[in-house]
Amino acid sequence: MNSIQAALKQELDQQSFWKGLSLFDWVWGLIVLIGTGYAHSRYAELMDGYEKVILLSTGVSLVALGWYWKEIRWLSLAVFLLSLFGVSRYVNGLEDAGVDFFLRFLLSSQSAIMWMSALYVLATITYFLALFTRSEFTGKVAGAMTWSATTMGLVGLMVRWRESYLIGLDVGYIPVSNLYEVFILFSIITALLYLFYERRYQTRMLGGFVLLVISAAVAFLLWYAFDRNAAEIQPLVPALQSYWMKIHVPANFVGYGAFALAAMVATAYLIRVRAEGRNPHSLALALPTLDILDDLMYKSIALGFAFFTLATILGALWAAEAWGGYWSWDPKETWALIVWLNYAAWLHMRLTKGWRGKPMAVWAIVGLFVTLFAFLGVNMFLSGLHSYGEL
Amino acid sequence: MTPPRTSALLLKFMGSMNLAITLLVALSIAAIIGTVLQQNQPYTDYIIKFGPFWFEVFQQMALYDVYSSGWFLFILFFLVLSTSTCIYRNAPNMVREMHEYRQNIQLKTLENYSNSCHWSLTQPQEDVQYAAQQIFSHNGYSARLKQGEGYTLISGMKGGASRLGYILTHLAIVLICIGGLIDGNAILKMRQILGQIVPETRNIAASDVPEMSRLGINNPSFRGSVSIPEGRKTDVLFLNYRDGYLVQELPFSVEVKDFRIEHYDSGQPKSFESDLVIHDERLEQPLEQTISVNHPLIYDGYSIYQASFSDGGSALEMIAWPLMGGDIKNKKINTKVGDELSMSLFADPWILEPSNFRLFNINPSDEPGRKFKNSGPSVQFKMRNKTGEAKEFLNYMVPVEKEGLYYYLSGVRSSPAEDFRYLYIPVDDKGGIDRFMNYLNALGDEALLKRIVTELNFPGSALPSNSAAQLNDALIKLVGLFVEKGMEGVTEQIEKNVPSDKREEVSALYIKVLQQMLGAVYVDVLRKEGVDVSLGVDENKAQFFDDASVAIGALNRYGSPVYFQLSSFVHHQASGLQIAKAPGKYVVYPGCAMLILGVFLMFYAPQQRLWARLEPSDEGLSFVLAGHAIRNKLDFSKQYQQIRAQFNRVLTG
Ligand code: HEM
Repeated sequence: MNSIQAALKQELDQQSFWKGLSLFDWVWGLIVLIGTGYAHSRYAELMDGYEKVILLSTGVSLVALGWYWKEIRWLSLAVFLLSLFGVSRYVNGLEDAGVDFFLRFLLSSQSAIMWMSALYVLATITYFLALFTRSEFTGKVAGAMTWSATTMGLVGLMVRWRESYLIGLDVGYIPVSNLYEVFILFSIITALLYLFYERRYQTRMLGGFVLLVISAAVAFLLWYAFDRNAAEIQPLVPALQSYWMKIHVPANFVGYGAFALAAMVATAYLIRVRAEGRNPHSLALALPTLDILDDLMYKSIALGFAFFTLATILGALWAAEAWGGYWSWDPKETWALIVWLNYAAWLHMRLTKGWRGKPMAVWAIVGLFVTLFAFLGVNMFLSGLHSYGEL
Repeated sequence: MTPPRTSALLLKFMGSMNLAITLLVALSIAAIIGTVLQQNQPYTDYIIKFGPFWFEVFQQMALYDVYSSGWFLFILFFLVLSTSTCIYRNAPNMVREMHEYRQNIQLKTLENYSNSCHWSLTQPQEDVQYAAQQIFSHNGYSARLKQGEGYTLISGMKGGASRLGYILTHLAIVLICIGGLIDGNAILKMRQILGQIVPETRNIAASDVPEMSRLGINNPSFRGSVSIPEGRKTDVLFLNYRDGYLVQELPFSVEVKDFRIEHYDSGQPKSFESDLVIHDERLEQPLEQTISVNHPLIYDGYSIYQASFSDGGSALEMIAWPLMGGDIKNKKINTKVGDELSMSLFADPWILEPSNFRLFNINPSDEPGRKFKNSGPSVQFKMRNKTGEAKEFLNYMVPVEKEGLYYYLSGVRSSPAEDFRYLYIPVDDKGGIDRFMNYLNALGDEALLKRIVTELNFPGSALPSNSAAQLNDALIKLVGLFVEKGMEGVTEQIEKNVPSDKREEVSALYIKVLQQMLGAVYVDVLRKEGVDVSLGVDENKAQFFDDASVAIGALNRYGSPVYFQLSSFVHHQASGLQIAKAPGKYVVYPGCAMLILGVFLMFYAPQQRLWARLEPSDEGLSFVLAGHAIRNKLDFSKQYQQIRAQFNRVLTG
């Protein structure tokens, strides 16, 4: 064997995907496998076929996600252990939330979500601090805070899932079913999307902008929880009792989260464009370069568009089952279509007309407002035909 | 030759991006209009909202049913046409590109790419060539080899599927629109324009609806609803259409055996279920199945959904209590929800129209710890007077608690847009309504009132009056006024008769006297009931007096001469079914699958190309590695750098 062949063999061996997996990766796969198997063996008879498929796909996606994005393994394990501990503290029923030390101050869903809220807000401030001082270290601290907030948010949802079953076995439901819960989901998903790109592009200086939109969501969440008592767990109306919910809602929120991320990147883009023209020493030049911002904006919108397409179609299939037609021109559906058409137009402009830069950034920000209306405004201002409202 | 040129121009226009974007935006705006203006409401609502002029204008623009309006369908049609043209023009190119490895590329072009690198090597050519092929395939590139004149070119490609993604996505749009068009009511609209069908606007029995407003069982797609009382069956549906409806016939009949609502512990509804029986000649025996929300029955291409519920004609027995005072007996009546009952009350004709009965009323509770409470059965009905005006009432069967006390609750409103305002009739010690009615009747009993005024002996007090007899008369009238017109009536009377400087003083006096009279009447009622009042009345009975007097003071605003007390009922429910036939879904669903697949392919399998060019030279071997991507250039550059590093290690390491 000559030197090229030897080097080639070594190179190909080293670079192989399966060989690239660490021991931890394999342990990770095993843990998820065991967990999925256990969940199946324990709850199989309570699940219908669709739910089993959902369980299996969740397991597989989690392994794949953990292999592709290594931090997810730590996040999942932390969420897993904390949630398990939290759930195990409920012995006598829901009233333990006010009695047990750990539940009361840390792990009951309400407390965990308060921690999430506080940490996201702190992370926002810290990210901006990092930008102003141009300190990498501060940026890292902010990143750690965002990870912790995300962990607590997920723990909050997990424990809430269990709490809903503690109210009554027939009450229990996956906590992505009302506005309060999906706002938590929105914060978590937006944060995760950002964290992914942060590592990919080393763009810590962007954090403050993205976290700003999460902080706004947190502010709404707190208002909603305290002023409207929204944190209370209410049983589901019949129309919402469906396995579709388990996939439709999360897919939708990957879409919303990605669109929000794109809009905040667009904001940073516009700020940097302004600064570049005027002041060569401006703080804004600590932001990632315009090329990276532009690319990131496109990537998030593409991701959002793909998942939003998926979510809208899942929604249509669900509607076909619950309301008797896959499309009813209900305001919520119609606004989903509007959001979708809007981003389709955006993508075409960029791809086929080659539009770049400022107009696209402005459009991405406008897109967030359109999305926001579809997500919140429709519920607030337009009365729907949603037949579950009548039932 | 002109014709081909026009068609070429047309093709260009139809396939242009500007048109596509314009259509996307136009569709969005049209969709927004449809959500801002509530669609398919009764036309009278729109007239009230916009006035006759704008109502007419908006109707001409078809704004009350945007999504099946001609112009909306026109935009949609153009979108389909534009997308189809786009596919027609681009697809052949794309298919070619999917398979083309660009093996004719020039060295110059390769060197000009931003991702390009050159090595001068001494190793044997076949080793380098082998290594290049291996590294290409290791990175996911499929490769083709070409022996040129004095050089060897390896062309690699990845992500050809993104072109397939484009085709799938755009084809999906066309399919979904076509399927949607089949399932939408475009066909109905055509038939209506051709005069084949006319929507029915009268409220008549389905069997009386004329042929012009009926759709046969060969109608390919529809979505209608029908309410079926328990134990009954139907073989027709109603489709809301413009300002009326159409009757859709079914090739089978649907019977509702039973309808059930289950509740959570907290009282909120947990499930709505109907036990259905399908009767069809084609079946050997009737098909029985239970449906619920999210679990429809699919039969013979028809989907049958649980959509709503309503009363199916519950039998009601009510006691009519006269509210005019005086010694008039109550009367039992029997009626049914959905019926109309004519009656004569105090010489006037009235029509009673019971519209709904509810077995449970789950209302928010103000008690701490409980969010909801069940207030029991209620009946909703209209009372229509001789002028045709109607007020709507909502009466609860059992007393409802408010701040620890119990009342018979009766809500009243003049139009469905209003909230109910409630009359609170206090219950007596036995939990009944009798004491209140006795008290009310006693207030109309002149003989009793006469006796009481005499006993109370007001002329001895400071009331301004000419003679004792006149004063007594005035006081009895005062009580009558109160029963008939409430406190407002009394105040009005004072304002009319007393100069303003004395008014305050006189009103205070009147109210005090009225109170005394009412109190005395009440005590008399209690005495007749057999209550010992020699030591005064207890707190409960005093509270009753206050509440009853307030209720009587409000009767003038109640709007019905009688109070209907629901005394017993037999509950019949009706299940609201939605039945749909949507053959378009066999096009739409595959379209959706294609759309998802296509979009993900387009974004996540971007097309990328790599070339390795080997050319023997004087020193040995000249090796060029170049890469190109039209999409995601940043990512591709990174990937190229990695591949270059691999080559570097293998070739020079
Ligand atoms: C509702 C209608 C449409 C939707 C949802 C849609 C969706 C998309 C999407 C998602 C992309 C990919 C963007 C990307 O890769 O980032 C795309 C690309 C494209 N679309 Fe459309 N499209 C629609 C209508 C049209 C029409 C009418 C035309 C024709 C004028 C068209 C022409 C194109 C072209 C030329 C590309 C670029 C393909 C490429 O170079 O990869 N699209 N479309």
